Amino acid sequence: MSFDTPITDMHLDVLREIGNIGAGNAATALSQMLDRKIDMRVPKVDLVSFEGMFDLAGGAEEIVAGIFLRIEGDLSGSMFFVLSIESANRFIQKLIGDITFDFNSPPFSEIGISAMQELGNILSGSYLSALSDFTGLKIYPTVPSLGVDMVGAIVSFGLIEISHSSDEVIVINTEISEESTNGTESINGHFFLLPDPSSYKTIFKSLGVM
Amino acid sequence: MVTLKEVIRVGIADMNIVKEPETIRTSGLGSCVGVVLYDQHKKIAGLLHVMLPDSSLAKNGSINVAKFADTGIYGLMELLKLEGVRPMSLKAKIAGGAQMFQFGSSDTIRIGPRNIEAVKNELKRLSIPIVAEDVGGSSGRTIEFDPSTSMLSIRTVNKGTVEI
Repeated sequence: MSFDTPITDMHLDVLREIGNIGAGNAATALSQMLDRKIDMRVPKVDLVSFEGMFDLAGGAEEIVAGIFLRIEGDLSGSMFFVLSIESANRFIQKLIGDITFDFNSPPFSEIGISAMQELGNILSGSYLSALSDFTGLKIYPTVPSLGVDMVGAIVSFGLIEISHSSDEVIVINTEISEESTNGTESINGHFFLLPDPSSYKTIFKSLGVM
Repeated sequence: MVTLKEVIRVGIADMNIVKEPETIRTSGLGSCVGVVLYDQHKKIAGLLHVMLPDSSLAKNGSINVAKFADTGIYGLMELLKLEGVRPMSLKAKIAGGAQMFQFGSSDTIRIGPRNIEAVKNELKRLSIPIVAEDVGGSSGRTIEFDPSTSMLSIRTVNKGTVEI
């Protein structure tokens, strides 16, 4: 791994805190959208191989609904919000009030796709604005794009930039889920923030740990 | 008697070789390209999961040869040579190189087409004929090659499984 400085425990704590603040804000936004309580797990920060990154998102061949965007500005990187097909279906069905919507049977209705994209806009927007406030860095996200496909096919696209200089990636992984009443009907998804290696210095400097 | 066939798995930016009756497989190809080199008569094949077109893109010293089209195809050929395969008898089947998303830096958006082009150039340079291909589009692919039949099966989310 080609980082300019070794990553210490304190650095990992800072990255976990980024997950905490970003995903916490996004969970609040989702909770307001659904009018349901949304739980958030303690963020995990891992250094993983590319294959390990696919495993975190369910395995290379698993079919998921993934919202992907690139971050530009003072720091650069890739961000994903990944939902299982079942979770994505439940979410869209609730949001548009159509229980027949199904990501397993294309072509998808335009309103369903647009609701999913809006979910991506709101969640990534709230995650990144919290991150920007916290670090004081200017962050410009691209418009989130939706892909319903295999994990490997979707997530590898966000690894291209990183792969020029590394075979491993640091991922800030935060899981959020809907608090379910009977244990079966819950929505859960993962935020994955993958800063480009060149951005670590910027993040640590902005938070005074370097 | 039924024998269970073992499947050799190849990860992203990785490669391996296989002999019949085993098969070889890689999952979730998006903009990456899966390259199969095989010897029809010896029933030996190699599979490479290419992520980037050219090793000159590497920004650090030591590189993983299987990540790039130029170093990876050559490296796979060398692995097969160690198994007694003559480069003259090699043929290729390729799949992948999709354009999954329509944004990013211009280099990144076109990474799928660039990977395909680089793979084809390298195969041409090494005089390995491409017998079949399923490239481009905007869907992910999982591929599995069977050296006993020389068939490559390709699964996509929406179109099921096809063989080339």
